[in-house]
Amino acid sequence: MTPSPPSLRVSELAYAYPDGTQALFGVDLTIGSGERVALLGPNGAGKTTLVMHLNGILTAGHGLVEVAGLPVRKDTLKEIRRRVGLVFQDPDDQLFMPTVREDVAFGPANLGMRGPELERRVRDALEQVGLPEVIDRPPHHLSFGQRRRVAVATVLAMRPEILVLDEPSSNLDPASRRELAEVLRSLDVTVLMVTHDLPYAMELCERSLILSGGVIAADGPTREILADPALLAAHRLELPYGFAVAERPH
Amino acid sequence: MGAGHHHQLYRPGVTLVHRLPPECKLPAVAAFAVVVVATPREVFWAFGVYVLLLAAVAAVARVPAAFVLRRMVIEVPFVLFAVALPIIGLGARFEVLGLSLSAEGLWAAWNILAKATLGVVASILLAATTEPRMMLLGAQRLRLPQLLVQIAMFMLRYMDVILDEMRRMRVARESRGFAARDVRHLPVLAKSAGALFIRSYERGERVHLAMLSRGYTGSMPVVHEGGASVASWATAALLPAAALATAALSWSLS
Repeated sequence: MTPSPPSLRVSELAYAYPDGTQALFGVDLTIGSGERVALLGPNGAGKTTLVMHLNGILTAGHGLVEVAGLPVRKDTLKEIRRRVGLVFQDPDDQLFMPTVREDVAFGPANLGMRGPELERRVRDALEQVGLPEVIDRPPHHLSFGQRRRVAVATVLAMRPEILVLDEPSSNLDPASRRELAEVLRSLDVTVLMVTHDLPYAMELCERSLILSGGVIAADGPTREILADPALLAAHRLELPYGFAVAERPH
Repeated sequence: MGAGHHHQLYRPGVTLVHRLPPECKLPAVAAFAVVVVATPREVFWAFGVYVLLLAAVAAVARVPAAFVLRRMVIEVPFVLFAVALPIIGLGARFEVLGLSLSAEGLWAAWNILAKATLGVVASILLAATTEPRMMLLGAQRLRLPQLLVQIAMFMLRYMDVILDEMRRMRVARESRGFAARDVRHLPVLAKSAGALFIRSYERGERVHLAMLSRGYTGSMPVVHEGGASVASWATAALLPAAALATAALSWSLS
């Protein structure tokens, strides 16, 4: 057992939208420090709703969310938002400042960082995603793949405990997809990847969860989950045409 | 990705004018405009001096005359208004080539044209030597209301994104055989505009969530502290100071 608390612990989380639509019906999951986990689920399974709870944008109707032992509550929001780095699906939503430098600096500056320390944070984060040269460019002049990686840098600059990515591979061309995978693999941080890109989950995550109908329907090694066509089919998931998971690794 | 139209105002360079901090240039241009407006319209030579002052700034900033002239098109609606004034103006009238003109209207037209043109040229020079985002940084350092600066900042950032979205919607319309030819097609365009508005509004919400996720609490962190040197302020003050001296002379002579 590791002495440190798990990066993320969600227990009995339930949530209904103000219009009465129940999205989550009691979600339980634990992600250990340093794990890379895929959260799989069809459209409308409640994935985005769950993600919104992880950094307190939505607050639990019932249940508990803890990030490295700290419960998500009104008075802990500031620290929670430092610990949970949320990368949104559309990088144009995530990159809102006039230049990459200002955008990556936005998070740490909100934490009160200034001067050379801030500059170092920004450079380190861009270094981690392999794009130190775009620092002075406006985001809309970058390629889509570059923007996605800069979006990752904007949250890495806050030194998060856990990185939460919403559909990280969507709209990426094959090369950008591979480059992002290399970046994610090189990071020394807990990762929760929300996706229905099953090969990408297979490539990056040892473990997968299936969220379906507002509950965790399966939790296990990605290889086993993807090798179970009946389980996948029951939750509107399927491997792309021509793909199959080998029975034993390598 | 569409290159932004709003960058065409800026002309990259490393001249003295380019390097002046934006928080010095903005008030300098504003002060110049105020002095110009305060100059009596009868003192023609003063306006000549103003033209020379702006020409000097343009020369130092290496902004060619053609560049400025092309961007002066923005003034055309005001010119049309000014041209109408001598014809519809009141007071003493006289005939020129069979056209009855009002002396008072003519003065008013000259007054508007001369002062507006000087203001427009000064603004064009400011925009040509200051990147849009530096302009906003200047506004922020001058303690302009945070909210207004932020709105302008987001406009600058998302203009291309929204124009792009607009372009895609047009392509989608035209791909299905639609072309706006007459008034009957207006409802379709209006619905597109409405859809664009809703999409932008929703994007605004998502951006806000992204900001909250990174610790936004209502005000932008000021990362680059101001601190323009006295020399910068003095340099920027040259233009309005020279204009003020001219105006003062014109007041004492008139």
